[in-house]
Amino acid sequence: MISHLLFGNLTLDAIPFHSGIIMGAFAFMMLATFAILFVITYYRKWSYIWYEWVCSVDHKKIGIMYLILGSVMFLRGISDMVLMRAQQAIAAGQYHGYLPADHFDQIFTAHGVIMIFFVAMPFMFGLMNVAIPLQIGARDVAYPYLNSLSFWLTFVGAMICNASLVIGDFAATGWLAYPPLSETYYSPTVGVDYYIMSLQIAGVGTLLAGINFIVTILKMRCPGMTPMKMPIFVWSVLCSMILVVLAFPVLTVTLALLALDRYLGMHFFTDFAGGNVMMYINLIWVWGHPEVYILILPAFGIFSEIVATFSQKTLFGYTTMVWAIGVITFLSFVVWLHHFFTMGAGADVNTFFGIATMVIAIPTGVKIFNWLFTMYKGRIRLTTPMLWVTAFFTTFALGGMTGVMMAIPPVDFQVHNSVFLVAHFHNVIIGGVLFGYFAGFIYWFPKAFGFKLDEKWGKAAFVLWVLGFYVAFMPLYVVGLEGFMRRNDHYSNYYFQPYLIVAALGGGLILLGILCQGIQLIVSFTNRELLRDHTGDPWDGRTLEWSLASPAPLYNFAVIPKVETLDALWAYKQEHLGESIAHLKPQHYAPIHLPKNTPAGCIIAIFAGILGFALVWHMLIPALIGFLGIIGSVIIKSFYFDPEYELDEATIKKTELAHFKEIAECKAIR
Amino acid sequence: MQSNSLTETMHHAEADSNDVFGFWLYILTDCILFATLFATYLVLNYSNPMQSIQLKQYADLHDVLTETFLLLASNFTFCLSILNIYQKKVLKTQFWLILTFILGAGFIFMEVSEFIHFAQEGFRWDVIAHASSFFTLVGTHGLHVSFGLLWILTMIIQLPFIKAQHIAIRRMTYLGLFWNFLDIVWIFVFTIVYLLGAI
Repeated sequence: MISHLLFGNLTLDAIPFHSGIIMGAFAFMMLATFAILFVITYYRKWSYIWYEWVCSVDHKKIGIMYLILGSVMFLRGISDMVLMRAQQAIAAGQYHGYLPADHFDQIFTAHGVIMIFFVAMPFMFGLMNVAIPLQIGARDVAYPYLNSLSFWLTFVGAMICNASLVIGDFAATGWLAYPPLSETYYSPTVGVDYYIMSLQIAGVGTLLAGINFIVTILKMRCPGMTPMKMPIFVWSVLCSMILVVLAFPVLTVTLALLALDRYLGMHFFTDFAGGNVMMYINLIWVWGHPEVYILILPAFGIFSEIVATFSQKTLFGYTTMVWAIGVITFLSFVVWLHHFFTMGAGADVNTFFGIATMVIAIPTGVKIFNWLFTMYKGRIRLTTPMLWVTAFFTTFALGGMTGVMMAIPPVDFQVHNSVFLVAHFHNVIIGGVLFGYFAGFIYWFPKAFGFKLDEKWGKAAFVLWVLGFYVAFMPLYVVGLEGFMRRNDHYSNYYFQPYLIVAALGGGLILLGILCQGIQLIVSFTNRELLRDHTGDPWDGRTLEWSLASPAPLYNFAVIPKVETLDALWAYKQEHLGESIAHLKPQHYAPIHLPKNTPAGCIIAIFAGILGFALVWHMLIPALIGFLGIIGSVIIKSFYFDPEYELDEATIKKTELAHFKEIAECKAIR
Repeated sequence: MQSNSLTETMHHAEADSNDVFGFWLYILTDCILFATLFATYLVLNYSNPMQSIQLKQYADLHDVLTETFLLLASNFTFCLSILNIYQKKVLKTQFWLILTFILGAGFIFMEVSEFIHFAQEGFRWDVIAHASSFFTLVGTHGLHVSFGLLWILTMIIQLPFIKAQHIAIRRMTYLGLFWNFLDIVWIFVFTIVYLLGAI
């Protein structure tokens, strides 16, 4: 009895000792974890890790932690890709490949969930945290402690998802867990429960971060920065976060209703007793479609920043760009039904959603032309961020076109759920979101870490990635049109096999590209003194973040800047062309209020993790501990009334003067 | 020195207004959460396959009206407490908060006994989708009120410890927004679920 209250349904049988792949992955994860723990202990860095990172409420550090989380989860998502491509390359006719069907199902589900929730989202929030407060001339986000909580909730959600690899299983339902397949009757194991808990916890983190960034952008801009003088990345993030705030509550409710079906035997989405399966599909896409734009809008913002910086021109059509982002934000809420034209809603409904979908191509086209016109007659520097942007133009335009094809309901009926669709959304997500985040990562890397990334390896990675993408996904368009459905672990017709082998080779090229990215990071780190960014403005940038030292000091701006134009830093640099830097030095410094570090975010998230894991296995006592732990820590935190401290003038002056000295020395060497 | 304390006050005022704006955004997300639940309720109520199991056979509108008045009264007492915090009268604020707590607890007590009564009579969440959505919608509101009660309790204990007046006002503003919002949601529950469903 007691053991059931403590351990619920969890027994040793839950660990799949018989599966070589899973045990191998488990051994690798354990080795990596122990290696990291050993290194931290060996160098006696525990207190540094705890006080400087875990407890940190500094947006710059939280951004870096988001980026690390996204990168680590990216490796897991990519391993899933390798497994799937290899399976489909060999499982034709009488050969059944090396993966059992149930395991293959878990892999494609995990691939989708991880890539969207634990790679793309953390990467997006990472870049936002690194850049947004600096771009708007703020000293931090509006709620620093909430920011830390958001990160740790996302982290814990990812860890619950990872735990499912070894303890029990993951959902085998596809990344959106459609009922009735995801109901207890068809999915009796803990897989879907893991799915629900990890997404709920990470989802709360995302929602809080959304609120945080809206308030930051609307309320904390420096004097003079009116909305139409904000850098375009800030605009894109603002619209993306508005989508988060409007869409994520729907996800929370939808997953909660599915959980109620599974835990309390309710009938929301069962196919009997009055349940309505299609309601789930509608609700999940009311969140799911805006989610796509939540990811792509910041990428659009990144492209705009990079195109302007590396063409050394003001962005063409700033106002139309802002309006295009706004229109996309609105339209993203009226197209969700195009994900299931085959539902049978009738010609009228399908026509409306089909046309609404096609209309989205207009503002997107406006943006593409704006970027091209920005490059026109610009002094273009083809550095790696700019290379990613050029690859994005063609790839994303192609993906957009196949998207418009599928927006036509009769066409969609033909290719619905085929790998044509898989090729389409990888085309836009890799070509748009991923390329954008890669570009942004290289662009803001010096601002976050203080040194540039190696160009040679970056370019090698770029070539392999882009080539690999086309080799991997163009065959899928072909076989998709020929009727090859998605999520197949086996097919009997040998006709498809050559295409799928080519696709697997493309996957291999992508893998090599990732290898190059890894080498790029290592090489850059070892050569960091050579690549050091002394001036804080390595790209000859246009926006405020490049007016600071790299990495930016704790308080960001010693004196809050005043802005009069768009591209404020660029205008300032033009005005003071050829002068010494003496004019940069402020006359006097004032003490600055900064938020105190706190472990509360991490502690609350750990309790949330205990609650989530306990609910997956129906463990009553740990669930209670987790629940009461959350409430208790929130209440205890609320008794700390003074979350700020004052940084004294002398320290600020010292830091700033050191930076000016570095710039002067750098100029002297030149 | 004086100018220092003036900037201090301005700093707080600005920070507080930002914070309250963020709380409004949170309320907005909660609105969407409830809107989704209302939509779910309406869809499943409309397509109820078993006309024999319906809310109107079980609901007692007199009890629901009493619940409504309890909640509305608690709202009134809360407003009195927030008036007192502006005048730094901590004891009076606490008094009205305690009254708010009692009224809110009465609401929760009545709701829980209503739920138990329904379940015993056969209107259970695991019988039919219509009932599932009823319990989820009304239950989510009840859960929110319960968290509100816990919050009020914490606030009653916490108030004397808060030295800075602006923090006390800010926290009471949050609580007030939350508590008023729950009242508004209840008006919709009362109309859409009980009045339209039970008459």
